[in-house]
Amino acid sequence: METLLQQIVNGLVVGSVYALVALGYTMVYGILGLINFAHGEVVMVGALTALQTLLFLMGVAPDMAPLLKLAIAVLVAVPVCMILGFLMERLAYRRLRGAPRLAPLITAIGMSFLLQTLAMIIWGRNYHTFPQLISTDPLQPIDGVFITPVQIAIVIISALMMAGLILLVTKTRLGRAMRATAENHRVASLMGVDTNAIIALTFVIGAGLAAVAGVMFASNYGIAHYAMGFMPGLKAFTAAVLGGIGNLGGAMLGGIVLGLVEAVGAGYIETMTFGFLNSSYQDIFAFVILGIVLIFRPTGLLGERVSDRA
Amino acid sequence: MHTNPASPLLQLDGVKIAYGGIQAVKGISLELYKGEMVCLIGANGAGKTTTLNAISGTLGLAGGSIMYDGDDIGTLPTHKRLRKGIALVPEGRGIFTRLTVEENLRMGAYIRNDAAAIDADLERVYTMLPRVKERLAQVAGTLSGGEQQMVAIGRALLSRPKLLLLDEPSMGLAPLVVEKIFEVVQTVKNEGVTILLVEQNANLALEFAQRGYVMESGQLTITGSGRELLADPKVRAAYLGE
Repeated sequence: METLLQQIVNGLVVGSVYALVALGYTMVYGILGLINFAHGEVVMVGALTALQTLLFLMGVAPDMAPLLKLAIAVLVAVPVCMILGFLMERLAYRRLRGAPRLAPLITAIGMSFLLQTLAMIIWGRNYHTFPQLISTDPLQPIDGVFITPVQIAIVIISALMMAGLILLVTKTRLGRAMRATAENHRVASLMGVDTNAIIALTFVIGAGLAAVAGVMFASNYGIAHYAMGFMPGLKAFTAAVLGGIGNLGGAMLGGIVLGLVEAVGAGYIETMTFGFLNSSYQDIFAFVILGIVLIFRPTGLLGERVSDRA
Repeated sequence: MHTNPASPLLQLDGVKIAYGGIQAVKGISLELYKGEMVCLIGANGAGKTTTLNAISGTLGLAGGSIMYDGDDIGTLPTHKRLRKGIALVPEGRGIFTRLTVEENLRMGAYIRNDAAAIDADLERVYTMLPRVKERLAQVAGTLSGGEQQMVAIGRALLSRPKLLLLDEPSMGLAPLVVEKIFEVVQTVKNEGVTILLVEQNANLALEFAQRGYVMESGQLTITGSGRELLADPKVRAAYLGE
């Protein structure tokens, strides 16, 4: 019972981060029909930019409060990633707007390699220790079930950001323009919407969420690395497909469900396979889910038709 | 021929429009004066919708110029043309099916910041289109064709256009609904909005419009007042089913 509860806690934490990243995939897909496979790399750039900022701050102001350092690091990482998201769209994807679907998809994969390689040149191939400025001393709200303050922070901040995004998209004039553009670029422009600006904004918002997700991953695991965005990126993409790609609520639900399945699966995989596989094989679950969803319910849990767009 | 001394609100001069090398519009010239209602009639594929799309900016020009209110707008992006007062009600209505009816209407006022005046204009649209008011919270994709057309027209009016381009507003609608829609168009015209109307239903269009142009295979062939065109034997033979 403790194992199950513990794995549910772990799943919620990692699922919240998946959800944040999945939102970036699903927003871009919703508006352009493009799967931006380079989105996972934005997570990495966010984490490493934050790391760089923290190292700088520790050098120049060692006495600064740890939380303030972390806040500043996030405030640097978010705009850096937003600019990166903007440039990706402006320099690569916009030129391919009218091109056959395969061209932007391959470009996105190329963009992913490009960013990883650039990060490797800048930050090297080594794993870096990411300073854990929010306590990782586990609390024990229930006997045998542990949760760390950093994990609590991850869940709360993710929830707040997702609520903010939902409000933006459903309640504001800008959000209305985003939804209108997602449905029909041409008619949206007939309403006076600068659709290029709306598309750029979609990339920028997604990249900002990914930057925060990157800092969360790095803070939770205490490491950062030039290739750290790849697996979370694939997982978040799976989460977006699971929830119904193009659907914001779906990305959130998909992220949480995927995190839970993965964590609970990891907790029991040894028992399930009679000791043949251990918890380091937990990645299996995400991709088994991706396969099952694509075969049996390609529209995802909350999604609409997807067949002609994937 | 035209005696209005003022300069035209809209003037197309030698406009050519091509789709991937094929010329759909082959050098047309037309003008609209403030407050006029002009119709563009012609068979399917004559280039009428293409012309409206070029005026609203969703299609680029292959040649010629479009002057609006004294400015060359030929290369201006669509969203900026709307800000100048050119609104298009597109063929097939272009309703945002996943947005609610009210959200659709509010999209029409996207470029405006005057919340109170927008609300007042919304109320005016509701009085013109009472059937729309009962369905504000409904997702627009669930509306009937006629209701969608009314929302599309109401939405275009919310941008407070000076020039309203209407692309086949009667298409696929029952006669009673068409009548209702043309009543609204007439009201809008009476308020001083300049209207360019594309219609396959030539009888209806010529009855409402002061002037008309006949378009055939990408060219304007006949022009005249609505009455003249209604009486023209060639027009009668080709477009009025006689």
